[in-house]
Amino acid sequence: MNLKIDVSEKENLTIVELTGEIDVYTTPMLVEKLTPLTEVKGNNVQIDLANTTYLDSTGLGAFISAFKSSQEHESHLEIINVKDRVLRLFKVTGLHKIMNINSDETERSEKVNGKV
Amino acid sequence: MEKFDFIQMSVPAKPEYVGVIRLTISGIASRMDFSYDDIEDIKVAVSEAATNVVSHAYEGEGKGDLTLGFGVYDDRLEIMVSDQGESFNYDEVKERIGPVSKKEQVSPITEIREGGFGLFLINTLMDEVQINNKYGVIVLMTKYLDETEVTLHEQVPTE
Repeated sequence: MNLKIDVSEKENLTIVELTGEIDVYTTPMLVEKLTPLTEVKGNNVQIDLANTTYLDSTGLGAFISAFKSSQEHESHLEIINVKDRVLRLFKVTGLHKIMNINSDETERSEKVNGKV
Repeated sequence: MEKFDFIQMSVPAKPEYVGVIRLTISGIASRMDFSYDDIEDIKVAVSEAATNVVSHAYEGEGKGDLTLGFGVYDDRLEIMVSDQGESFNYDEVKERIGPVSKKEQVSPITEIREGGFGLFLINTLMDEVQINNKYGVIVLMTKYLDETEVTLHEQVPTE
Protein backbone atom coordinates (compact mmCIF):
# COMPACT_ATOMS: atom_id res chain seq x y z
CA MET A 1 0.00 0.00 0.00
CA ASN A 2 2.89 2.30 -0.60
CA LEU A 3 4.56 3.93 -3.56
CA LYS A 4 8.22 3.71 -4.47
CA ILE A 5 9.44 6.58 -6.64
CA ASP A 6 12.72 6.01 -8.50
CA VAL A 7 14.14 8.88 -10.51
CA SER A 8 17.00 8.15 -12.93
CA GLU A 9 18.71 9.92 -15.81
CA LYS A 10 19.27 8.17 -19.12
CA GLU A 11 20.74 10.06 -22.04
CA ASN A 12 18.43 13.09 -22.35
CA LEU A 13 15.57 11.49 -20.43
CA THR A 14 14.50 11.78 -16.82
CA ILE A 15 12.79 8.50 -16.00
CA VAL A 16 10.38 8.31 -13.07
CA GLU A 17 9.50 4.73 -12.18
CA LEU A 18 6.47 4.31 -9.97
CA THR A 19 6.12 1.03 -8.09
CA GLY A 20 3.03 0.39 -5.99
CA GLU A 21 -0.22 2.25 -5.43
CA ILE A 22 -1.02 5.85 -6.33
CA ASP A 23 -3.82 7.09 -4.07
CA VAL A 24 -4.71 9.89 -1.66
CA TYR A 25 -1.94 8.76 0.69
CA THR A 26 0.92 8.48 -1.80
CA THR A 27 0.00 11.25 -4.27
CA PRO A 28 1.49 14.13 -2.22
CA MET A 29 4.95 12.43 -2.34
CA LEU A 30 4.55 11.92 -6.07
CA VAL A 31 3.63 15.57 -6.69
CA GLU A 32 6.60 16.69 -4.58
CA LYS A 33 9.03 14.66 -6.74
CA LEU A 34 7.37 15.20 -10.10
CA THR A 35 6.64 18.94 -10.11
CA PRO A 36 10.29 20.19 -9.96
CA LEU A 37 11.21 17.85 -12.83
CA THR A 38 8.58 19.39 -15.09
CA GLU A 39 9.67 22.91 -14.23
CA VAL A 40 13.03 22.60 -16.01
CA LYS A 41 12.78 24.00 -19.52
CA GLY A 42 13.48 21.39 -22.18
CA ASN A 43 13.46 18.50 -19.72
CA ASN A 44 12.12 15.20 -21.08
CA VAL A 45 10.26 13.45 -18.29
CA GLN A 46 9.12 9.89 -18.80
CA ILE A 47 6.81 8.38 -16.20
CA ASP A 48 7.00 4.58 -16.20
CA LEU A 49 3.84 2.92 -14.86
CA ALA A 50 4.89 -0.69 -15.58
CA ASN A 51 4.76 -1.53 -11.86
CA THR A 52 1.91 0.71 -10.83
CA THR A 53 -0.73 -1.63 -9.43
CA TYR A 54 -3.36 0.93 -8.49
CA LEU A 55 -4.36 4.41 -9.59
CA ASP A 56 -7.38 6.61 -8.89
CA SER A 57 -8.50 10.21 -9.38
CA THR A 58 -5.89 11.57 -6.99
CA GLY A 59 -3.16 10.11 -9.21
CA LEU A 60 -4.88 11.34 -12.37
CA GLY A 61 -4.95 14.79 -10.75
CA ALA A 62 -1.21 14.61 -10.09
CA PHE A 63 -0.55 13.72 -13.73
CA ILE A 64 -2.80 16.53 -14.99
CA SER A 65 -0.99 19.06 -12.83
CA ALA A 66 2.40 17.72 -13.99
CA PHE A 67 1.19 17.90 -17.59
CA LYS A 68 0.03 21.50 -17.15
CA SER A 69 3.33 22.39 -15.50
CA SER A 70 5.30 20.84 -18.39
CA GLN A 71 3.34 22.93 -20.89
CA GLU A 72 3.88 26.06 -18.84
CA HIS A 73 7.63 25.50 -18.46
CA GLU A 74 8.24 24.06 -21.95
CA SER A 75 9.32 20.67 -20.75
CA HIS A 76 8.04 17.38 -22.11
CA LEU A 77 6.01 14.80 -20.21
CA GLU A 78 5.23 11.29 -21.34
CA ILE A 79 3.59 8.37 -19.53
CA ILE A 80 4.71 4.92 -20.64
CA ASN A 81 3.97 1.23 -19.98
CA VAL A 82 0.41 1.90 -18.90
CA LYS A 83 -1.31 -1.33 -17.99
CA ASP A 84 -4.90 -2.19 -18.97
CA ARG A 85 -6.46 -1.38 -15.60
CA VAL A 86 -4.76 1.98 -15.33
CA LEU A 87 -5.33 2.74 -19.01
CA ARG A 88 -9.07 2.18 -18.45
CA LEU A 89 -9.13 5.14 -16.05
CA PHE A 90 -7.27 7.37 -18.49
CA LYS A 91 -9.77 6.36 -21.15
CA VAL A 92 -13.03 6.80 -19.21
CA THR A 93 -11.86 10.27 -18.18
CA GLY A 94 -10.73 11.12 -21.71
CA LEU A 95 -7.24 12.01 -20.51
CA HIS A 96 -5.58 9.65 -22.98
CA LYS A 97 -6.59 12.12 -25.70
CA ILE A 98 -4.90 15.16 -24.23
CA MET A 99 -1.86 13.66 -22.54
CA ASN A 100 1.02 11.62 -23.98
CA ILE A 101 0.07 8.14 -22.85
CA ASN A 102 1.81 5.11 -24.28
CA SER A 103 0.77 1.54 -23.80
CA ASP A 104 1.28 -1.21 -26.35
CA GLU A 105 -2.36 -0.83 -27.28
CA THR A 106 -2.39 2.94 -27.90
CA GLU A 107 0.82 2.73 -29.92
CA ARG A 108 -0.79 0.17 -32.19
CA SER A 109 -4.04 2.08 -32.67
CA GLU A 110 -2.26 5.36 -33.30
CA LYS A 111 -0.14 3.78 -36.01
CA VAL A 112 -3.30 2.47 -37.65
CA ASN A 113 -4.78 5.97 -37.55
CA GLY A 114 -1.64 7.34 -39.16
CA LYS A 115 -0.70 9.52 -36.20
CA VAL A 116 2.74 9.58 -34.62
CA MET B 1 -37.47 -8.28 3.66
CA GLU B 2 -34.67 -9.44 1.41
CA LYS B 3 -31.95 -11.28 3.31
CA PHE B 4 -28.41 -9.96 3.33
CA ASP B 5 -25.22 -9.94 5.37
CA PHE B 6 -24.10 -6.63 6.71
CA ILE B 7 -20.53 -5.64 7.49
CA GLN B 8 -19.61 -2.33 9.03
CA MET B 9 -16.22 -0.76 9.56
CA SER B 10 -15.03 2.52 10.90
CA VAL B 11 -11.57 3.97 10.34
CA PRO B 12 -9.96 7.33 11.13
CA ALA B 13 -10.55 9.73 8.22
CA LYS B 14 -6.86 9.75 7.28
CA PRO B 15 -5.24 9.08 3.88
CA GLU B 16 -3.23 6.10 5.14
CA TYR B 17 -6.43 4.14 5.82
CA VAL B 18 -7.87 4.37 2.31
CA GLY B 19 -5.62 1.48 1.24
CA VAL B 20 -6.89 -0.58 4.19
CA ILE B 21 -10.46 0.04 2.99
CA ARG B 22 -9.42 -1.17 -0.49
CA LEU B 23 -8.06 -4.41 0.93
CA THR B 24 -11.29 -4.96 2.84
CA ILE B 25 -13.61 -4.29 -0.08
CA SER B 26 -11.45 -6.40 -2.35
CA GLY B 27 -11.80 -9.29 0.13
CA ILE B 28 -15.58 -8.95 0.32
CA ALA B 29 -16.00 -8.63 -3.45
CA SER B 30 -13.81 -11.64 -4.20
CA ARG B 31 -15.72 -13.71 -1.63
CA MET B 32 -18.84 -12.84 -3.64
CA ASP B 33 -17.13 -14.06 -6.83
CA PHE B 34 -17.02 -10.75 -8.66
CA SER B 35 -14.77 -10.79 -11.71
CA TYR B 36 -11.27 -9.36 -11.54
CA ASP B 37 -12.30 -6.26 -13.50
CA ASP B 38 -15.38 -5.68 -11.35
CA ILE B 39 -13.31 -5.96 -8.17
CA GLU B 40 -10.87 -3.37 -9.52
CA ASP B 41 -13.79 -1.06 -10.45
CA ILE B 42 -15.31 -1.41 -6.98
CA LYS B 43 -11.92 -0.69 -5.37
CA VAL B 44 -11.57 2.56 -7.32
CA ALA B 45 -15.17 3.66 -6.64
CA VAL B 46 -14.94 3.02 -2.89
CA SER B 47 -11.52 4.70 -2.73
CA GLU B 48 -12.95 7.76 -4.46
CA ALA B 49 -15.77 8.05 -1.93
CA ALA B 50 -13.37 7.50 0.97
CA THR B 51 -10.88 9.99 -0.50
CA ASN B 52 -13.66 12.60 -0.60
CA VAL B 53 -14.34 12.14 3.09
CA VAL B 54 -10.63 12.18 3.98
CA SER B 55 -9.95 15.34 1.95
CA HIS B 56 -12.85 17.20 3.53
CA ALA B 57 -11.93 16.02 7.01
CA TYR B 58 -8.54 17.62 6.39
CA GLU B 59 -10.02 20.89 5.17
CA GLY B 60 -11.99 21.16 8.40
CA GLU B 61 -10.88 20.23 11.87
CA GLY B 62 -8.69 17.42 10.59
CA LYS B 63 -10.40 14.91 12.80
CA GLY B 64 -13.18 12.43 12.55
CA ASP B 65 -14.00 8.99 11.35
CA LEU B 66 -15.10 7.42 8.15
CA THR B 67 -17.77 4.75 8.39
CA LEU B 68 -18.45 2.15 5.73
CA GLY B 69 -21.27 -0.35 5.46
CA PHE B 70 -21.24 -3.30 3.09
CA GLY B 71 -24.53 -5.02 2.25
CA VAL B 72 -23.83 -8.44 0.78
CA TYR B 73 -26.85 -9.68 -1.20
CA ASP B 74 -27.24 -12.73 -3.43
CA ASP B 75 -27.15 -10.64 -6.59
CA ARG B 76 -25.34 -7.47 -5.58
CA LEU B 77 -23.02 -5.60 -3.27
CA GLU B 78 -24.16 -2.34 -1.73
CA ILE B 79 -21.57 -0.03 -0.25
CA MET B 80 -22.31 2.93 1.94
CA VAL B 81 -19.62 5.48 2.71
CA SER B 82 -20.33 8.06 5.39
CA ASP B 83 -18.35 10.93 6.85
CA GLN B 84 -20.13 10.49 10.16
CA GLY B 85 -18.33 8.62 12.88
CA GLU B 86 -21.34 7.01 14.50
CA SER B 87 -22.82 3.82 13.16
CA PHE B 88 -25.90 4.16 10.98
CA ASN B 89 -29.22 2.46 10.59
CA TYR B 90 -28.71 0.97 7.19
CA ASP B 91 -32.35 0.81 6.12
CA GLU B 92 -33.19 4.23 7.48
CA VAL B 93 -30.31 5.85 5.59
CA LYS B 94 -31.30 4.09 2.37
CA GLU B 95 -34.79 5.59 2.61
CA ARG B 96 -33.66 9.18 2.69
CA ILE B 97 -31.07 8.87 -0.03
CA GLY B 98 -31.69 10.06 -3.60
CA PRO B 99 -30.09 9.58 -7.00
CA VAL B 100 -27.19 11.73 -8.12
CA SER B 101 -28.52 14.73 -10.02
CA LYS B 102 -27.47 15.30 -13.62
CA LYS B 103 -25.84 18.57 -12.67
CA GLU B 104 -23.29 16.84 -10.48
CA GLN B 105 -22.17 14.56 -13.26
CA VAL B 106 -19.44 14.96 -15.83
CA SER B 107 -18.09 18.35 -16.69
CA PRO B 108 -16.48 18.77 -20.11
CA ILE B 109 -12.81 17.94 -20.40
CA THR B 110 -11.90 21.60 -20.90
CA GLU B 111 -13.17 22.39 -17.43
CA ILE B 112 -11.31 19.66 -15.65
CA ARG B 113 -9.37 20.42 -12.57
CA GLU B 114 -7.14 18.11 -10.62
CA GLY B 115 -9.26 16.06 -8.28
CA GLY B 116 -12.52 16.68 -10.10
CA PHE B 117 -12.89 13.08 -11.24
CA GLY B 118 -14.00 11.40 -8.06
CA LEU B 119 -17.77 11.43 -8.43
CA PHE B 120 -17.50 10.92 -12.17
CA LEU B 121 -15.50 7.73 -11.67
CA ILE B 122 -17.90 6.42 -9.02
CA ASN B 123 -20.79 6.98 -11.44
CA THR B 124 -18.95 5.37 -14.32
CA LEU B 125 -17.67 2.31 -12.48
CA MET B 126 -20.72 1.38 -10.38
CA ASP B 127 -24.20 0.33 -11.54
CA GLU B 128 -26.17 2.63 -9.22
CA VAL B 129 -25.07 5.61 -7.13
CA GLN B 130 -27.08 7.61 -4.66
CA ILE B 131 -26.03 10.52 -2.51
CA ASN B 132 -27.46 12.11 0.59
CA ASN B 133 -25.95 15.24 2.07
CA LYS B 134 -28.55 16.20 4.61
CA TYR B 135 -26.80 14.68 7.58
CA GLY B 136 -23.17 14.67 6.59
CA VAL B 137 -22.40 13.10 3.24
CA ILE B 138 -23.42 9.55 2.56
CA VAL B 139 -22.73 7.79 -0.72
CA LEU B 140 -24.57 4.57 -1.48
CA MET B 141 -23.32 2.59 -4.44
CA THR B 142 -24.35 -0.73 -5.88
CA LYS B 143 -22.58 -3.23 -8.08
CA TYR B 144 -24.53 -6.19 -9.47
CA LEU B 145 -22.89 -9.58 -9.74
CA ASP B 146 -23.99 -9.97 -13.32
CA GLU B 147 -24.73 -7.06 -15.64
CA THR B 148 -27.95 -8.74 -16.80
CA GLU B 149 -29.25 -8.54 -13.23
CA VAL B 150 -29.66 -4.79 -13.63
CA THR B 151 -32.42 -5.07 -16.17
CA LEU B 152 -34.05 -7.94 -14.30
CA HIS B 153 -33.97 -5.93 -11.11
CA GLU B 154 -35.54 -2.89 -12.73
CA GLN B 155 -38.48 -4.93 -13.97
CA VAL B 156 -39.39 -6.09 -10.48
CA PRO B 157 -41.96 -3.70 -8.99
CA THR B 158 -40.72 -2.14 -5.77
CA GLU B 159 -42.72 -2.55 -2.61
